[in-house]
Amino acid sequence: MSTEVSAAERPLRGSGRELRGRSESASRKLRNTLATIVMWGAFLVALIPLIWIMWTVLSKGFSTMLDIVWWQKDQSGVGAAGFDKMIRGARHAIVGTLLMSIATSIIAVPLAVFTAIYLVEYGRGKLARAISFMVDILSGVPSIVAALFIYAVWVTTFGWRLMPVACSLALALLMIPVVTRSTEEMLKLVPNELRDASYALGVPKWKTIVKVVLPTSFSGILTGVLLGFARVAGETAPLLLLANYTPFLQQNLFSGNGMAALPTLINANVQFMSADKISADRVWGAACTLILIVLAINLLGRLVGRFTKVKN
Amino acid sequence: MTSTGVSASDSLPGPDGSKPEGDNASTGRLGDRIFGGTATFAGLSVIAIVVLIGAFLVVQALPALTSNNANFLTSRDWQTSDPMRFGVLELLWTTVSTSLVALIIAVPFSVAIALFLTQYAPAWLARPAAALVDLLAAVPSIVYGLWGSIIVAPKIVPLQNFLQDYLGWLPIFKPVAGISNGATIFFVGIVLAIMILPIITALSREVFAQTPAAHKDAATALGATKWEMIRTAVLPFGKPGVISAAMLGLGRALGETIAVLYIISTLPGGTAWTWSLFNGGSTFASKIAADAAELTPGKSTGAYIAAGLVLFVLTFIVNAIARVIIERRKAFTE
Repeated sequence: MSTEVSAAERPLRGSGRELRGRSESASRKLRNTLATIVMWGAFLVALIPLIWIMWTVLSKGFSTMLDIVWWQKDQSGVGAAGFDKMIRGARHAIVGTLLMSIATSIIAVPLAVFTAIYLVEYGRGKLARAISFMVDILSGVPSIVAALFIYAVWVTTFGWRLMPVACSLALALLMIPVVTRSTEEMLKLVPNELRDASYALGVPKWKTIVKVVLPTSFSGILTGVLLGFARVAGETAPLLLLANYTPFLQQNLFSGNGMAALPTLINANVQFMSADKISADRVWGAACTLILIVLAINLLGRLVGRFTKVKN
Repeated sequence: MTSTGVSASDSLPGPDGSKPEGDNASTGRLGDRIFGGTATFAGLSVIAIVVLIGAFLVVQALPALTSNNANFLTSRDWQTSDPMRFGVLELLWTTVSTSLVALIIAVPFSVAIALFLTQYAPAWLARPAAALVDLLAAVPSIVYGLWGSIIVAPKIVPLQNFLQDYLGWLPIFKPVAGISNGATIFFVGIVLAIMILPIITALSREVFAQTPAAHKDAATALGATKWEMIRTAVLPFGKPGVISAAMLGLGRALGETIAVLYIISTLPGGTAWTWSLFNGGSTFASKIAADAAELTPGKSTGAYIAAGLVLFVLTFIVNAIARVIIERRKAFTE
């Protein structure tokens, strides 16, 4: 009886199942297609701000950069906004940005590289985990907090006057985690066989690190340093607190007269730019110079990374 | 390698799948002791730096906090000259709301882009496409601030008007009088979303790329379409990584200074409280930066240092959570 019924129903049920199956697979296909469109779309949408920013900065600032005076002169003799008809130069700001970033690297890179060496070659157990944790925390410390900390130490506690090198100290706090992490990654990529071969020859551990491990990963470490350099060169917040803007070329990191940088050159002119075309030109010129310097160093870092001896 | 300054490097195994060994190679010679000592000292100094940041901020904030006549956590006043009355409620709200708007926009986009880069993009496109997204992280934040405040802000007004017209009955989309030209929490959130997008994308990309091929093949062999394979194999595997990436992005958004300072319009004291995202305001970072020129060694600076301390604690918690999630995932996958 039951077989009869099921036999009678079978074709119907079967076709129903087939129908449902077909529409299910159609909706599955549709969803798959939709997902593909969404993924491509998200990527293309993300390119909009990148292209828009580059277009804005280049179209508004590049012509200012083409003038040789921009690279030769500083802003000395600058007049009140609206009355001064000359853009003048950004040499003081370009030099300041580079000097402070170089000083930052000199402070941060040795500490960061040694920290990475500790984490990869020496560190085990709780201490290594604590240090690794703190590197992560440091990489999340906002730049304004790093600046505030240096202000609290340098000015409030010790009563020293502000110098550009104080700003470099704050920037170093931001650079250390970047360089530590990238160096750590590179050191981990060095094959253990190289270390073992060196030990087998009776080379002490420290010499193995200095002569074998570091040279092998050198270009990778350099990539990290350049990316860190690019990051601090574009920072603004610590400059606002710690490096007083000056319109003059000033090359002494230990001077109390402040030091200009491209972000602070922008900041000094930005409030006038809606009313004064010359101020606007200075702002966009400095923004264009800054973005090109940062991108150039960034790309150089990636290029160096291509020639690394250890491959990920 | 990415230029975002953060990475999941801790999940990278050594060359043979283990952590690099070599402890027993130390010979105890003088050179070894000096070199190893220097490395340990460098590592310890990183711990010291973080501890000192916290300690100095606490110590320098205390005098101002003790002579504060308002409740530091629940007051909206900001008067740093005597009699001091300052509180962080409004700064906290603006900071958190801008960052949450950024996160809500950035996370879906980042996940989709990371999936595109790891699962959809043809091989020739994947690398340059990833480099392009990373370039967004290389743009200095002051340029985001200029671009956002001068170029984009006026263009965002129609979108804001649209939201106000159709969703204005929601408290967060209520129109606010006097804030013009897109200088709002809402628009700051959008710009912050663009700024944290590359970080979240880079980390999500790393975890998606680590999905075991066996999981993906199994799904495909069962007849799953590509999207179903992603939903059943890639996304569950990458979920902790994405959450952790989102937390790191949130940390960045909380502390962003100059872009927020340039875009948002500050509120005069005594403005009526509103939950609306179309209001102006100041974040911790933008408040400190805005008054940077007026900082003098003295008690009034303590108020700003106290604000910085709250920001430090906030980012510390967010980053620690991100780290814990990544660690758990490592323990799970190993």
